Order: sequence, then structure tokens, then C-alpha cells
Amino acid sequence: MPLYEVFIRSKRGLDHRHVGSLHAEDAQQALEYARDVYTRRGEGVSIWVVRSSDIVASQESDSASFYDPQDDKPYRHATFYRVPDDVNL
Amino acid sequence: MPLDAESQDLFAYTVALADDALVHGQRLAEWVSRAPTLEEELAIANVALDHIGRARMFYARALEISHDGRSEDDLAYGRGADEFANLAIFELPRGDFAVAVARQFLTDAFNVPFLAALTTSRDAGLAAIGAKALKESTYHLRRSRDWVLRLGDGTDESRRRMQGAIDALWGHCAELFEPFAAEQRLIARGVAVDRGALERPWREAIDATLAEATLRVPTTQPAPYRGRLGRHTVHLAPLLADMQALQRTYPGQQW
Repeated sequence: MPLYEVFIRSKRGLDHRHVGSLHAEDAQQALEYARDVYTRRGEGVSIWVVRSSDIVASQESDSASFYDPQDDKPYRHATFYRVPDDVNL
Repeated sequence: MPLDAESQDLFAYTVALADDALVHGQRLAEWVSRAPTLEEELAIANVALDHIGRARMFYARALEISHDGRSEDDLAYGRGADEFANLAIFELPRGDFAVAVARQFLTDAFNVPFLAALTTSRDAGLAAIGAKALKESTYHLRRSRDWVLRLGDGTDESRRRMQGAIDALWGHCAELFEPFAAEQRLIARGVAVDRGALERPWREAIDATLAEATLRVPTTQPAPYRGRLGRHTVHLAPLLADMQALQRTYPGQQW
């Protein structure tokens, strides 16, 4: 049985969050299993399921070229701006 | 103080509905550690707990009527097989997964219209239980119908097993639509659901799903058991022995 990734939006949440994965025969069954496995305690009001094989993921081996170049570009962060006193973060 | 006749009827009716739910829940709970996949096991356990929760609501309502000092546990664990009034279809052995699916589907397809009708009962307690349980059973039916289609219209083996399970349970479905005496009096008072009237729509829904699943509608004759009258199959007593073992060994024990 194919693997599905499960995303749940909680009652007060704005975004769907990844909560785990499960095996199911097809998308419809995956949705029902997600309901039974991940929302038993009223965790969610909306469920997405996605075939795990449909997710394109970055590779560990790419991390040097993907992420390291950002480390020496501190000017891309907003830390150089003085925050006015009446702006509460 | 002895109960008046109407309260006796209502008590018997409510306990019978509780017994259906409890025995079905207990049979379903046997699937824990035995289901084909972990996902399915959690799903079945959820359904089992829905039925056990439903049993508790019905027992609690029954005890509000009788007010005889007994507890929910006394009713669940303190009565023998001949005092249980559940329909026989719920006590039949666990069987294979196709039997679990068939039992769930045949009875969910009954429970949905039954509970919908119960929400209009003149007994406010029963109507409230009907409203809560209807949402659960609507989901149960979605799941069980889906499985009937998957297994019926699946491989040769799954089709053979699904047909075998429907055939084996078919004779026990007649009992779903047979009111007992107390129930008949309550129907006249607008308290109980007229189950006989549900048979035709139930049958139409079943026929449609079986056809879609490429399964035959069986022609089995009705089985002779009458659970509402305490006339059970041999399978109820061992189920109760298992379920009641702890309370019978340590009466009144609590978690």
C-alpha cells in the first residue's frame, strides 16, 4: 500500500501542519484513516493527504550549495534596522 | 416503588438498545491486535469505542427511568446471556475481516435511518442520544460501505470472502425489523422507532451497494433467534464471560 503524508489544520490554526504519515490503498481511504488516526481527540477541522511519492524534497547532499551561501549574507536579515519604540514585535 | 407499565416498557426498550451497542462494541474490540493493518486497527477501535459510548448513554438513560439503585456496570457486567436483549447479529463470532465488514455495513445501513428516526422520539433522552449517535453512524456507514465495494469488487479471494460473509449474516437481518411487545406499545406513543417501516429503504440501499460491489443479494431464510426475547445463539455466553470476567471476579471493582 502506498504511503501518504497527513496535514491537519487545527481549530485555531491558520495553516495545515504535517502530523505524520500512514499507509492506505488510495486517497479516499487515506483521508478516512487520517481522520481515525490523527484527529481522535478533536485535533483538526481540515485534513490534507498527499502521496509521499508526490512530494519533491531537497536532498541532504545539496545542503552545501543550497544553504551555506546564505550564512555570510547577514545584510539580508532585517537586524540592521532600528525598530521604532511604538512598534511592538 | 414499582415502575408503572409505560416506564417498564421504556426501560426494557432502552436497555435493549444499549445491549445492541455494547455487544457490537465488544465484538469490534476483539479486532484490536488482530486487524490487517495498524491504520485499520485504530479505525476499528474508534468504531468500537463509539458503540461502547453509545451503550453507556443508553444504560444511563435506562437507569434514570428505573431509578432502582443499579449502576451502568451492574447492567453491563451483572446480567447473564438470557437477560441480554441484543439482536443476534451483534453476538455472532468475530469471523474474518469480511465478516466484520459485512456486519458493520448491514447494521450501519440500519442504524443511520433508525437513529435519524430516534431523534424525533417523544422521550427527550432517547432523542438526544439519537442525534449524537447519528453522526457517528453516518461515518461508520461511509467506511463500511467503502470496504464492501473494495472487497466485493476486488480480487477473486476478497470477493469470495465478502460474498460468504454477506450470505452468513443475511438470515440475521430480519430481526432488525421485528418489534417486540413493549416496543410496539412505545411506537404507538411516539417514543420508539417503527423499525418495520425501515426495512424497505434499508433493502433498497443494500441492494444498490451489493450490485455496485458485484455481489449477489442472498436468499437465505430468516434465522430462528430472537435476541430481544433473550433467545440467543450459543455465541453470546462466551462473549459475556470474556467481557464480564473482571467484574465477576472482583465485584464492584473500579479503575
